Amino acid sequence: MSELQQSNDFLSDVDDRTEQYLTFLLGEEEYGVEILRVQEIKGWESVTHIPNTPDYLCGVLNLRGTIVPIVDLRLRFEMPAREYTPTTVVVVLNVGEGVQRTVGIVVDGVSDAHNILPEEIKPSPDFGTTISTDFISGLVSIGSDMMMILNIDRLLRVEALG
Amino acid sequence: MSIDISQFHDVFFEESFEGLDAMESGLLNLAEGAADVEAINTIFRAAHSIKGGAGTFGFMAVSEFTHVMETLLDEMRNGQREVTSDSTNLLLEAVDVLREMLSAVQQKTDTDEERIAEVNQRLEAMLAGEKAEVADSADESTINAAAVEASPEQKIAGWEIKFHPHKHLFQTGNDPVRMLRELASLGDLTSRVSDDGLPDFADLEPEDSYLSWQLTLKGNVPKEEVVEIFEWVDDDCDLSIEVILQEPTKVEIAVAQLDENIAEPVAEVQQESKSEQVAAPVKAVAKKAATSAPAATSIRVGTDKVDSLINLVGELVITQSMLSQIGDNFVPGMLPQLIDGLAQLERNSREMQEAIMRIRMLPISFAFNRFPRLVHDLSDKSGKKVELKLTGEQTELDKTVMEKIGDPLVHLVRNSLDHGLETPEVRLAAGKDETGTIQLNAYHQGGNIIIEIVDDGAGLNEEKIFSKAVEKGLVEADAELSPEKIHELIFLPGFSTADVVTDISGRGVGMDVVRSNITGLGGSVEIKSKRGEGSTFTIRLPLTLAIMDGQTIRVANENYIIPLISIIETLEVKESDMKYVSAKGELYPLRDEYVPVIRLYDIFNLTPTTTDLEEGLLVIVEGEGQKIGLFIDDLLGQQQVVIKSLETNYRKVIGLSGATILGDGTVALILDVPGLMALYRDPSLAKVITNNEHAA
Repeated sequence: MSELQQSNDFLSDVDDRTEQYLTFLLGEEEYGVEILRVQEIKGWESVTHIPNTPDYLCGVLNLRGTIVPIVDLRLRFEMPAREYTPTTVVVVLNVGEGVQRTVGIVVDGVSDAHNILPEEIKPSPDFGTTISTDFISGLVSIGSDMMMILNIDRLLRVEALG
Repeated sequence: MSIDISQFHDVFFEESFEGLDAMESGLLNLAEGAADVEAINTIFRAAHSIKGGAGTFGFMAVSEFTHVMETLLDEMRNGQREVTSDSTNLLLEAVDVLREMLSAVQQKTDTDEERIAEVNQRLEAMLAGEKAEVADSADESTINAAAVEASPEQKIAGWEIKFHPHKHLFQTGNDPVRMLRELASLGDLTSRVSDDGLPDFADLEPEDSYLSWQLTLKGNVPKEEVVEIFEWVDDDCDLSIEVILQEPTKVEIAVAQLDENIAEPVAEVQQESKSEQVAAPVKAVAKKAATSAPAATSIRVGTDKVDSLINLVGELVITQSMLSQIGDNFVPGMLPQLIDGLAQLERNSREMQEAIMRIRMLPISFAFNRFPRLVHDLSDKSGKKVELKLTGEQTELDKTVMEKIGDPLVHLVRNSLDHGLETPEVRLAAGKDETGTIQLNAYHQGGNIIIEIVDDGAGLNEEKIFSKAVEKGLVEADAELSPEKIHELIFLPGFSTADVVTDISGRGVGMDVVRSNITGLGGSVEIKSKRGEGSTFTIRLPLTLAIMDGQTIRVANENYIIPLISIIETLEVKESDMKYVSAKGELYPLRDEYVPVIRLYDIFNLTPTTTDLEEGLLVIVEGEGQKIGLFIDDLLGQQQVVIKSLETNYRKVIGLSGATILGDGTVALILDVPGLMALYRDPSLAKVITNNEHAA
């Protein structure tokens, strides 16, 4: 019952300025992307490796006739690799300003969708040169957890895909 | 019997325009002085066919105009008149007028009467002016006699004979077998016998003749000889002898299903020209309508191509019915048949696809043909002496690609002539032949077609280009650019170096459009230029729409596809055969040359499954005129693949030309041989993008 209540809240609590974010997990960390940028979420299937590209570019996938590059976000963020299993999730995103491209990212798992108001987003901290936070456009507190909002246009721009 | 003659109009126009093209190219090739009879004959025949056709269809203006041209040509042919550049130019102009007249008739618009009259008058003047000098004037009857003889359509290809002897034939002492034998001695005879008249055995009268024949006699046999054979049976049989004229070698088929654009534009144009005629029947309209007409609404396809398609459809239908039979009462025991049927279906559909693709392939001469005239006119206008050389005109190219490459080519040729080639004085001063050369070459390379436009002119002037680019604000004045980079500047929008805007070129629209048109087709354009020696523009275009034959190979547990067209051979190597350059570069002696060996896993940075040359295979491939040996683990199957771009969602990867989706849904990468060579020569190319990322 309480769950139902919660989901109703979720629907009714819509401000004009709210944006919905899809959150996913990488290890213990929770990241969010604008939900309108998400094209689909699919299970892992084997990809074709492209030679002379960095490790984090797993390869390319056939997505209903188009060739889509797949980026392993763990490797992109220099986290320890995890083996791909059928439960590994690929989030297919539309990225790019102007020319739209389709890129898939490999994450540990999709967790939730949240409505977030612009004022709830706090600026990302500056770690100097020790940790690059170029790809994080802000932080949001969700209960006791922290979610990092990804700037996927910058993270997945052509040059950065290797 | 009345025939609606207008149904043949389209064919007439098409043939006439082709005839005009033939006349044009013939005239351009005509040397001054004594006439080359064969060349003039060709021109004459074209003119004569147009005249005849126009007369038949009642386009009297066209027919009369052509008649004057024809008379002039006839005098040249008989050696009564010298071929001068004046007469050639006048005839070329007449060809133009004729073309305008024909398109005006075709689109039912008005013609430029003044111009026609003027050119006609000049033709008449030329005829009359020199007629006095000629010993015997052209005789109308000789023209016609000669024309009949020369006209290609009149050639007899054979006879179609229907021979139905009456019952009492044998009683007159005639034997059909003898007659058939005699017919066969005249040419290639095929006969079909009909036994429809044959009664039941009980009613058969052995002394009566019941059979009838349908005979086709191929060969140029005079009618008298055929008639002679049947002379004695004339009254005792039903006989019809019909001539088969030389079959046109090409049939025209509307490829409406293949190209949906075709049907609509035709309707549109007709409507358009009609409404324009009503609204404002002025001269300008005629011109406008002419330009708005679609370039080609139909293509000519050889009968052999159509026949093979029909055969293939037949096979496909058979396979389909076989499969549906299997499907209707399927039991597991029929699995082998099902597999056979599917294999057959695959073969049918592949063959059909190939046949359809072949229909769309046309020799590039369709695009090249306009250049002799263009160069002729432009060289007259600019006072430059130019020789145009065409090679590889038979190279085949997809029709859609061909249509779109025409304008960029014209632009490049104009540019070469206007900016590249110098005036005769400048050329002589530079110690060159006063006649400049423009070369158009076309050839296949890998899955591409290469078109080169080569001139031996002044080459690109780097300083001038650079200062112009600075002036236009396209580059910084202190930028240091290599000559190649400077050459690239001319492809920037709004760039033109002509000091004077001529009506040949120099309006600053162009090179950027040329490049964008070519890249739009998935091709590229490059410049090579050397001061004082000339420039070469190289256009590289994909041959077909997106399908190619591929050879799947395996290396380091990865599968790749090599375009079949670039593979020369595959061989097993003995370690002892290998030669080494400074202990690193590996060469394989292939007959009389040494081929560098590229280890694919090396340049792709893969973990090799084997490094022993004897355990794998060497695929000899060719790219950009150079051979290399690719060391791979194994050859897998061959199949047709649909090329997909990697750039849509990713970027160009050096060494790969794209990707494809295999039958099982996985992606396979297609190797690009020239790219592999570049990567072999300079492995750092692979890291170019990665470096950018670190810099960013």
